[in-house]
Amino acid sequence: MPPTRTVNSMTDRMTREPEPNDIVLEVKNLQTWFDTGRGGVLKAVDGIDLTLRRGRTLCVVGESGSGKSITARSILNIVPKPGRIVGGEILLHGAGPNGAPLNLAALDPKGRQIRAIRGHDIGMIFQEPMSSLSPVHTIGQQIVEAIRLHRPMSKADARARAIEMLAQVKIPRPGQSFDSYPFEFSGGMRQRAMTAMALVCEPKLLIADEPTTALDVTTQAEILDLMKGLQQLHGMALMFITHDMGVVAEIADDVAVMYHGKVVEHGPVNDIFFAPQHPYTKQLLNSVLALEQRSHLAGKSVKANQDDVILDVSNLTMSFGGRQPFFGRKLDGPVKALDGVSFALKRGETLGIVGESGSGKTTLGRCIMRILDPTSGQLIYKGRNAPAVDLAPLSRSAVKPFWRDMRMIFQDPFSSLNPRMTVFQIVAEPLRNHGIESGDELHERVAELLQRVGLPREAMSRYPHAFSGGQRQRIGIARAIALKPQLIVADEATSALDVSLRAQVLDLLLDIGQELDMSYVFISHDIGVIRYMCDRVAVMHRGRIVELGETQSVCDNPQHAYTQSLISAIPKPDPRLRGRTSRIRYISESVS
Amino acid sequence: MTTDASPPADLLPDVPPAPALARKAHASQWQLMWWQYRRHKLAMVSSLVLAFIILVAIFCEFLAPFSPNAFTPRYTYAPPQALHFFDRDADGSLVWRPHVNGYKVTIEPTALRRTFVVDESQKYPIGLFVKSDPYVMWGLFTLETKLFGPLKKGDPMYLLGADRLGRDMLSRIIYGTRISMSIGLIGVAMSLVLGIILGGISGYYGGWIDNIIQRVIEFILSLPTTPLWLGLAAAMPNNWPPLRIYLAITIILSLIGWTNLARVIRGRFLSLRTEDFVTAARLDGASEPRIIFRQMAPSFVSHIIAEVSLAIPAMILAETALSFLGLGLQPPIVSWGVLLQEAQNIRSITTAPWLFFPGIAVVIAVLSLNFVGDGLRDAADPYRQ
Amino acid sequence: MLIFILRRLLWMIPSFFAVSVVAFTIIQLPPGDFVTSYAADLATSGSPADPATLAAMRIRYGLDQPMVFQYFRWVGNALQGDLGMSFEYRTPVTDIIWNRLGMTALVAFCTLMFVWAVAFPIGVYSAVRQYSIGDYIITFLCFLGMATPNFLLALFVMYLSVEYLGYSVGGLFSPDFVNAPWDFARVLDLLKHLWIPVVVLGVAGIASLVRIMRANLLDELGKPYVETGRAKGLPELTLILRYPTRVAMNPFISTVGWILPVLVSGDVIVSSVLSLPTAGPILIQALKTQDMYLGGALIMFQCILVLIGTLLSDILLVWFDPRIRYDN
Repeated sequence: MPPTRTVNSMTDRMTREPEPNDIVLEVKNLQTWFDTGRGGVLKAVDGIDLTLRRGRTLCVVGESGSGKSITARSILNIVPKPGRIVGGEILLHGAGPNGAPLNLAALDPKGRQIRAIRGHDIGMIFQEPMSSLSPVHTIGQQIVEAIRLHRPMSKADARARAIEMLAQVKIPRPGQSFDSYPFEFSGGMRQRAMTAMALVCEPKLLIADEPTTALDVTTQAEILDLMKGLQQLHGMALMFITHDMGVVAEIADDVAVMYHGKVVEHGPVNDIFFAPQHPYTKQLLNSVLALEQRSHLAGKSVKANQDDVILDVSNLTMSFGGRQPFFGRKLDGPVKALDGVSFALKRGETLGIVGESGSGKTTLGRCIMRILDPTSGQLIYKGRNAPAVDLAPLSRSAVKPFWRDMRMIFQDPFSSLNPRMTVFQIVAEPLRNHGIESGDELHERVAELLQRVGLPREAMSRYPHAFSGGQRQRIGIARAIALKPQLIVADEATSALDVSLRAQVLDLLLDIGQELDMSYVFISHDIGVIRYMCDRVAVMHRGRIVELGETQSVCDNPQHAYTQSLISAIPKPDPRLRGRTSRIRYISESVS
Repeated sequence: MTTDASPPADLLPDVPPAPALARKAHASQWQLMWWQYRRHKLAMVSSLVLAFIILVAIFCEFLAPFSPNAFTPRYTYAPPQALHFFDRDADGSLVWRPHVNGYKVTIEPTALRRTFVVDESQKYPIGLFVKSDPYVMWGLFTLETKLFGPLKKGDPMYLLGADRLGRDMLSRIIYGTRISMSIGLIGVAMSLVLGIILGGISGYYGGWIDNIIQRVIEFILSLPTTPLWLGLAAAMPNNWPPLRIYLAITIILSLIGWTNLARVIRGRFLSLRTEDFVTAARLDGASEPRIIFRQMAPSFVSHIIAEVSLAIPAMILAETALSFLGLGLQPPIVSWGVLLQEAQNIRSITTAPWLFFPGIAVVIAVLSLNFVGDGLRDAADPYRQ
Repeated sequence: MLIFILRRLLWMIPSFFAVSVVAFTIIQLPPGDFVTSYAADLATSGSPADPATLAAMRIRYGLDQPMVFQYFRWVGNALQGDLGMSFEYRTPVTDIIWNRLGMTALVAFCTLMFVWAVAFPIGVYSAVRQYSIGDYIITFLCFLGMATPNFLLALFVMYLSVEYLGYSVGGLFSPDFVNAPWDFARVLDLLKHLWIPVVVLGVAGIASLVRIMRANLLDELGKPYVETGRAKGLPELTLILRYPTRVAMNPFISTVGWILPVLVSGDVIVSSVLSLPTAGPILIQALKTQDMYLGGALIMFQCILVLIGTLLSDILLVWFDPRIRYDN
């Protein structure tokens, strides 16, 4: 049994009441607009008020387009063109003459005053740790630069301070890491380095713009722990921007909910979660909480035959040859993306495959569809009224007929639809290629499909770029069900969608699944989504299935240590649970 | 090769999206490209210039006032004549009468060189649709009218001066337009075929075929081209008819110019191969040819058009250089490069600086092609965020 | 990194051979050989040689052997340092070419430095001040530079010098210094003349490199790490020069791979216009008279010059970019 450690997350205290005279930064009626050309204007931030207090965390939460990132950038006055701050005040307490508040919005964005504040009084960390650090400078160089910009220090002193900071953010071997390049690190390590860089001058306020969105859930838990610890140590104010209500519940003291550039509601975290006032907040919470349980549609499919197995995977193995950088360590020789995976999928069943990055879940999905060739193992597929066939050794052309029956829904709604084809052409493609219909009949069929997924007929003549992400995903679904398949592999089908859309799309999939008697293999990194819709779940780690069982029992009572660590790392959207659940850390090899 | 990278971040960025795209729901790729192209002002202007040049190339026989090889020894190295639009009558009133002034020619006895002084007393009226010597249009039918020229046949009109044999520079430049531009087009067409085939194979199949073709391309690109052209051009026998030489030159030029196109096409194929919509089309049951032509091709047609329009100038410049050195086209074929041969020695240039004008024609043609190509390249992918 | 250099050096060996095959083929393409053109020359000057003498000449020069044999003999000799005889000048090829090739290398190298030194700051400026008046002017001048044939520019420069300075600026040395020994005064004279071919050759190169630098820098300027730098409090100019410019330098340096062949090839035409003592003029002559060994050696060494330049730029790139270093 691999070793585990139980770690109590550092948020052992209850939520506190704010103290007066504790204010670090006040935003009053901030307005940031974007010129959209031809006189048009987009009001990205349209009159918001925020208060940031020492030692307290304010979470700014909202979906895409709400203006939360622009708010963060407005505070530091680094709004990208063609945006500009048109009104309002950003008062940094204690920074003006005689300790009076200084209005940052009124400062020249390129001037010396605001530059002295950036990095020194206010630090900021960003979402994408890979591209937010310079690829051609060492971590140490970048941190030392941050130090020497604001404090006169010798190079040796600055180096010592930087290494001290790297140790504080728990980067192993800080002395060596100082001379490493960002691409040598994993995502979690890079984020720690960025945090070190932002905090090295001990700022009063740290702004974090979705710092954990691009990280695995276990890594995310580590980083959240780190931030809380650092906040306790330094006592700075923390402004944490996110779209994940679970994270908000985990770390926030105060919450501000943003929608279309306005703060629709703000208050202490308990108030927001248990007594929301604004309809948008309520709707947001509802969508989040809905995903905390099973869908009302789930599990309703007729469990006809326990023995009616349509897909039987045994010992599936897939290796990629050659050198592969594997998060900080380069392995020579082939990498096993799949290592002896076995499971059986029954008709009408929804099987979830959950795992983090590098677990092999996407590779599994593509091997099932035979887009990739497995190295060994069996993939026995039984079509409707057809004998069972082993797909694994078949050539590309022999597999083709099976693609009528096995279809795929892709993750990225932008790249999975050919932008140069109309919606009609896209959805008609599978129909055309199987010679099913043509002409008017084809038109009717496509219109039916579109209506089934909740899109109007007129959508047929439009191009994908006219639709939102959620709508495009529906077009992808229409394309997938066009041939009434028996099995659909959905590879992160809802990961690119806003939370409020996810439940709708998942319900749609369940509904269609029941109507057409389809099975799903549903791949995701988000166990909440899987819990919502899947009957059984397989947990993958490093190419192996470590646990497989009914969704409810795996989620409530995980057996394998890795599953335990995964489940315990997921932030629950309930502030009362903060600090009570102890997180289990799964220590296998790499440090995140 | 798909390994999980990091879990997907929210793909819709929290920055205002390009509102322009949202409005054009029904716009096809070509319409979007046109709207994008329109914003490139220089490209729009250059398109007009280019259209004008192409018109000149097509109608050169009609537009040139004189035949390109008609020579008048009396007017050797005559300087350009200014075109006047108004004239004063005997009673002093201004009247619309376009004309050029003649010269008083004196011959310097020692150097046997002519000096030309403008003589206002000689006036040669100019008009539109004038009668001229019969000529053959497009090798098909005979005409006797030119767009503009001296009203009286036989009058001198040297708007851009005359060369060593008294031939009209303007007419020669106009005729040269056809040859120079067409070499560019035909040469690029051949390069395109080679480039599509090799670049397509390279990008579509990948693996060792790709490797080999890439090494070959790198090798060719690393060779200095002029010695190779010179060698190939010098290899042509002198006694070939002009047309065959013309074709041979275009073949030589295209043999070296295909590498760039191949690279662009290969690059597009490689990036398209991993696109989800291509995989989706495969899963939809599309055959490989259908995938290539229906799914991938529309995606790089626009890139090809952009690269082609950027490759033509290179051909034109190459032909000009070769002909200038005397290793390309030969007289009596008239191309800009052949015309520039006259400007080869310093004495002739100092006597007659208007021998540079074919060079200006080259610059204008290449410049407008480059701007148009730049505009096309910017517009080639209208879906780029 | 050492392994990388070693690998590149090993790769150059087949390239050298490929180049020699190409050079040899080009020289042999025209029908006939040196003896044919020599005979034609004699015929036009009025004293045709008799066939027996021509046949003897053929045998003496080894021109009667099959192609493949001639090739291997040439390569074999070359590897021992014997590049053969020039038929036209009746002297060993080695005596003729080293001086010339040295000049070609000098002009190409100086032009390269000039192009980089000028294109880099202009490209940075153009990207940073995108859509300003300066950017539009620069863009237009760049396109103009790329549209002008280099020999035309050379002619124009000569014309200007004659019209306004009264003398021709052709050649690399003033008449006094042509055969003088190398001393400081000669170097100074060289510099006084060198700038013209360097400018003429470099204009087109500057123009395309400015465009490349501008495009790459514009790409980098939009990347997140620039925003991080701004949030740290870096002044704008320092930020731009230290981070995105540094990253955009990579494609810039790797342009040597194709700039160098363009320079060496451009040199051929320009030097015949400006009468420079580089390899160009004698190459043209050698091709016209089918002076096999001379022409072959010249083409081959020009190609080798380019290959060496590319190797140096690859090494420079590896040293410069840590990502490549670690990947290899």
